[in-house]
Amino acid sequence: MSATENSVREWAHRGLAGERRALARLITLVENRLPEAAAVMRELTPHTGRAHILGITGAPGSGKSTLTNELIKEFRRRERKIGVVAIDPTSTLTGGAVLGDRIRMLENYQDPHVFIRSMATRGQLGGLAAMSNDVVRVMDACGKDLIIVETVGVGQDEVDVAKAAHTTILVEVPGMGDDIQAIKAGVLEIADLLVINKADRDGVERLNLHLQSMLNLAPKKEWSVPILKTVAAQGEGIAKLADQAEKHLTYLKQSGEYEKRERARLRDELLSRVREEISRRVLNREHSAGGLQEMLNRLEARSIDLYDAATVLLNQVAE
Amino acid sequence: MSQQPTSSDVALMNPPDAGRKIRVLIAKPGLDGHDRGAKVVTRGLRDAGMEVIYTGLHQTPEMIVEASLQEDVDVIGLSILSGAHNVLFPRIVNLLKQNGMDDVLVFAGGIIPPEDVPEILGMGIKAVFGPGTTLEDTARFIRENVRPSSGLAASSGEGR
Repeated sequence: MSATENSVREWAHRGLAGERRALARLITLVENRLPEAAAVMRELTPHTGRAHILGITGAPGSGKSTLTNELIKEFRRRERKIGVVAIDPTSTLTGGAVLGDRIRMLENYQDPHVFIRSMATRGQLGGLAAMSNDVVRVMDACGKDLIIVETVGVGQDEVDVAKAAHTTILVEVPGMGDDIQAIKAGVLEIADLLVINKADRDGVERLNLHLQSMLNLAPKKEWSVPILKTVAAQGEGIAKLADQAEKHLTYLKQSGEYEKRERARLRDELLSRVREEISRRVLNREHSAGGLQEMLNRLEARSIDLYDAATVLLNQVAE
Repeated sequence: MSQQPTSSDVALMNPPDAGRKIRVLIAKPGLDGHDRGAKVVTRGLRDAGMEVIYTGLHQTPEMIVEASLQEDVDVIGLSILSGAHNVLFPRIVNLLKQNGMDDVLVFAGGIIPPEDVPEILGMGIKAVFGPGTTLEDTARFIRENVRPSSGLAASSGEGR
């Protein structure tokens, strides 16, 4: 066994034993897809599958982080061990990011059973969901039994992240008008719980009716999506929200939907991992003979078409 | 700087195994409520391609170190204008040591009297940036001094 593998094993054991610094480092390894990542997942995977994964999504400014903070407190009262993955966008221009969700969750810093990790969307080849799912798995293996993934509900990538959760919570606020329609259209379909946050504002009933009518338009599901009102900044409505989240998990397990979703998610992830690996191999030999650059030259010269060029590249990396 | 990268350039610059972004935590220890400087640095380092976690005002040393631990940051920037640096900085540095995080690069900024700087540098904080420091200088300092990798080999916490 190599030295690296030994040390991965040691760090994995420390993480599994609940050591927070080891958990933090294991997350870094998988998040950055460092060479150790595969070995980390090999060690940790047998210990995964125990956590309830909550996805929280909604427009910027809808109060997701404040809501997450309140849910942390509520679930701590229920003696759950909590992991949070808070995702903020990477600047496409500079590749940098400001990760500011944590600022709303500071009051839990002394609690060893709350672990919060900020993540940037980056431009990963494997996609954001692949990365965040791995981070969730690491937390799961290291003993977190309730994991909240908070993301901005914009773009397919982030919808995929929310989709990977067992229970997806979509946060809306009154008075935001038509700007959020775009978000609703994509995410409403995958929401298991709808939350009207900042429900002390004007326009709650209007939004309520609107959401209700959109739900009525959707195909009938076995789980009827509840609309819950919260004022996260005041802690109002949080216990009910937590109740509904737990109820939803029970529904998933009793209906057999849990296994179905799990399998569908694994399928997506496995396929995306395969795509990622192919892209990586293609890029690795980008400048070799018959590589990506040569294909690009030939495509520009119209001496090959995209289908054949792809076949050439695939045959090269298939070994 | 040659030309603005396009978004697809950024995606290609960051293939899955090409490694990492430098992660920085910017914190305001103590009781002063002036965070303009910290926010400017946060933005500036983001624009330099780093991932910056900003934790806001009134942070205790314990909060700063715990957040740095969970986020596994490579760099901590401490902004302070209250004059309490002689009390707060040693506590932060000690907590980092206790947690096996000595390899995290720590720098300070804000209003710090020149006569205090040698002591601060002596305790392991690698730089003190006063008013007038450019963002380019700060970013360059970080790139030149940050630990080489967040892989396991580079970690001083190993085998504790």
